Amino acid sequence: MAEEYRLEMIGVSKSFPGVKALDKINLKVRPGTVHALMGENGAGKSTLMKCLFGIYKMDEGNVLIDGKDVSIANPDEALGKGLAMVHQELQPVPARSIAENMYLGRYPLIKIGPLKIVDHKTMNQEAEKWLKDVKMSFNPRAKLGTLSIGQMQSVEIAKAVSQNARLVILDEPTSSLTDNEVEALFRIIRELKSRGVSMIYISHKMAEIRQIADDITIMRDGTYVGSWKVKDISDDEIVKQMVGRELSNVYPPKEDYRTDETVLKVSHVSSIHARSFRDCSFELKKGEILGFGGLVGAQRTELMEAIFGMRHIASGEIEILGKKVTIKRPQDAINDSVGMITEDRRGTGIIGCLSIADNTAIASYRNYTKAGTINSKKVGQVVKDSIAKLSIKTPNDRTLIQSLSGGNQQKVIIARWLANNPDILIMDEPTRGIDVGAKYEIYQIMIDLVKQGKSIIMISSEMPELIGMSNRIIVMCNGHITGELEDDEATQEKIMAFATKFDLNDKVTENFTQEVKS
Amino acid sequence: MTSKKVDAKDLPMQTNKVNVKDFLINNGIIVVLIMLAIFTAIKQPSFGSFDNLKNIALNVAPRFIIACGVSGCLITRGTDLSAGRMVGLSACIAGTLLQKPGYSGKFFPNLPDFGIWWVFAVLLICIAVCAIFGLINGMVVSFLQVPAFIGTLGMQLIVYGVCLVYTNATPIGGYRPAYTEVAKGRLFGVIPYLFLIALAIGLVIWFVYNKTPHGKYMYAIGGNEQAAEVSGVNTKKTKIIIYVTAAALYALGGFLVGAKSGGSSVNMGMGWELEAIAACTIGGVSVNGGIGKVSGVLIGVLVFEILKTCLQYLGVDTNYQYIAQGIVIVVAIALDIRKYIAKK
Ligand SMILES: Nc1ncnc2c1ncn2[C@@H]1O[C@H](COP(=O)(O)OP(=O)(O)OP(=O)(O)O)[C@@H](O)[C@H]1O
Ligand SMILES: [Mg+2]
Repeated sequence: MAEEYRLEMIGVSKSFPGVKALDKINLKVRPGTVHALMGENGAGKSTLMKCLFGIYKMDEGNVLIDGKDVSIANPDEALGKGLAMVHQELQPVPARSIAENMYLGRYPLIKIGPLKIVDHKTMNQEAEKWLKDVKMSFNPRAKLGTLSIGQMQSVEIAKAVSQNARLVILDEPTSSLTDNEVEALFRIIRELKSRGVSMIYISHKMAEIRQIADDITIMRDGTYVGSWKVKDISDDEIVKQMVGRELSNVYPPKEDYRTDETVLKVSHVSSIHARSFRDCSFELKKGEILGFGGLVGAQRTELMEAIFGMRHIASGEIEILGKKVTIKRPQDAINDSVGMITEDRRGTGIIGCLSIADNTAIASYRNYTKAGTINSKKVGQVVKDSIAKLSIKTPNDRTLIQSLSGGNQQKVIIARWLANNPDILIMDEPTRGIDVGAKYEIYQIMIDLVKQGKSIIMISSEMPELIGMSNRIIVMCNGHITGELEDDEATQEKIMAFATKFDLNDKVTENFTQEVKS
Repeated sequence: MTSKKVDAKDLPMQTNKVNVKDFLINNGIIVVLIMLAIFTAIKQPSFGSFDNLKNIALNVAPRFIIACGVSGCLITRGTDLSAGRMVGLSACIAGTLLQKPGYSGKFFPNLPDFGIWWVFAVLLICIAVCAIFGLINGMVVSFLQVPAFIGTLGMQLIVYGVCLVYTNATPIGGYRPAYTEVAKGRLFGVIPYLFLIALAIGLVIWFVYNKTPHGKYMYAIGGNEQAAEVSGVNTKKTKIIIYVTAAALYALGGFLVGAKSGGSSVNMGMGWELEAIAACTIGGVSVNGGIGKVSGVLIGVLVFEILKTCLQYLGVDTNYQYIAQGIVIVVAIALDIRKYIAKK
């Protein structure tokens, strides 16, 4: 008889100095199923997976694979036992080919006497075969860097399959994928499932869980809450079990704090790159939450980063409070009281080796400096307030930011800009990786800000969030602004129609976003 | 890299067992050197004498000032290979301008006697000259985005060349007493000026690193330069200030070393940049950027100086001393890296 469970983790505990991250967690995954793992930010999901994978050493607990007791001391051993992990932060080698990335560290070799050389032919053939196997038709010789993030993720999965993995861990795999890419990913997941591969799926997106998962295990504050069949538990119940209380609303009640005053006016702004944003014009009113919708790759991020001085503008004008401004660097934008929460948390957000306090204060020192000296007391107070406002889960504010969970790191970045307190705040995917409960808190903060007369631009790829929060929505497609919707007329269908309104004169290249970034 | 180690003392103590191991990984090289010092003191009791300890301390003073300069470059993920040559240039400039009036081999025979304040003026001249080279370093690194390793390597050669051209490769001696007094003199006849100068510099640098936006920006750049930039940090300006300050500190160091040894030549300061980088690393300044404390720099310099003195006292052949120093540098950096790959 086949074993009942592919993987059993029983009574797993793990402490970090000052934090009990896991306290007797159980997780049982059946063969050929997708097992969702849910919990608030900092509940311990990633830590549990890292313990399983031998990246962290668990303090206590047992791991059984196919009913057999195993101990896994490092990722290499985990691979040997048929486990594979698609990391939340991919660490590929973009300048090398897809095949080389897939076979990194285990290149097929040809022996010529005492020499060993890499057998490129076999490697490419094998890679192609595995890619086809998961229904992806990339050229294995292409540079990995030419793929989008979603495609890279698919390559990671193909790699896992090629290693004969029988259990694949996916930690927030969809957080930076387009809808199409998510579809592609789900297709691969279903394909693997039909072959008896088990998967552990971590996500904060309820709809995905419904679509793809069979079973669900919920964690709260490092403790085990319970496991269910997904079809036996309602969304509300999941949230309740995660948060420990009932959440009645996803969005705070909407109010309109808009005034007639225009704080930001963007006129005919075009990028220096021919295929990035072109001829974009819009206005932002005082007290407004302006949503920016569109598909991933619509150049919304690029447009906002250009306004913030992170990219070059070839033509066009930007006015702030009626005054024409030239913004060459983020510094200039900040001087004009603009702030920006960037999309790429790892690349342009967190400063890993610094504490939460330093990460929060970094954008605000100039406001609290007298005679060249920082007023540490004031800064400390501001940091404390911002951290409290966002209920960041940490032993104290001297903790290094890199030891926080993904969602809590995101909250620190938001705290950084609350501390800076700009008049105009651009938020690019502000709730990425943030759990349902904390999302509500962030929405509430946004509303408080506009109530105080601040203005917000929010880029979001989640349509309900866009509709739920914005006073007005501007939709972009392939570098152009294609439509604008008032709050009361916005529907998913209308946004989608604008988001796919391609200008037939433009060439559409899927990977363009990637190109511009490099 | 979530597996980066957390500074254990920032967090409440929980497990004492692990801390011993952590302590050894963090401070292994220092522990070994303290043992070496004790061993030396037992074998050669004069090692522990007051005179010798004082000597070590006096040697440490200028090296600490120089290492402070290098530390800023290291914390921002840069480096400065031109440090040693700038020390030499500064010592040579100071030497040529501060020779005794009656000295026969005067570099500038017609230089009038400007009185005591001239010593300070010369110090400022040295600092100004080096600061120009530091400014070039900073601009090359920040505007041209040449890796610091390469940019300052070029500067190392340039400064050496300038020094050769300037001195014609002739050794300089016959200093005015007012100049050598800077290194030999003592406040109230007790505390050496060298000591006080190093202390003052240490305090100023500590203040800059911990209490000013510039210091905070420096650490942020070392941690994640792009994130710092997005947070409004003027990364280019910050880096330029760091390289200029560093050069000014080398100039001061060179000025003092010249005064201390009573003469100088183009070879003065050769290889000091490596010693300074090694000392910083031993003292916990991370070669990966973003981490480093002034107290650590002091410890590093001290440890390195003690190592050298121990080897001398133990009668180790000079050639072997280099080998030993090299090993210590590699081990120190290997241990430094271990802190970050240490498994959790
Ligand atoms: N290396 C570490 N050192 C210290 N504490 C850590 C470390 N890694 C994680 N933690 C702590 O363990 C707890 C669990 O973190 P974990 O990353 O597992 O959360 P998560 O459930 O994945 O959250 P998210 O949804 O935000 O990704 C957090 O409180 C975090 O601060
Ligand atoms: Mg996580």
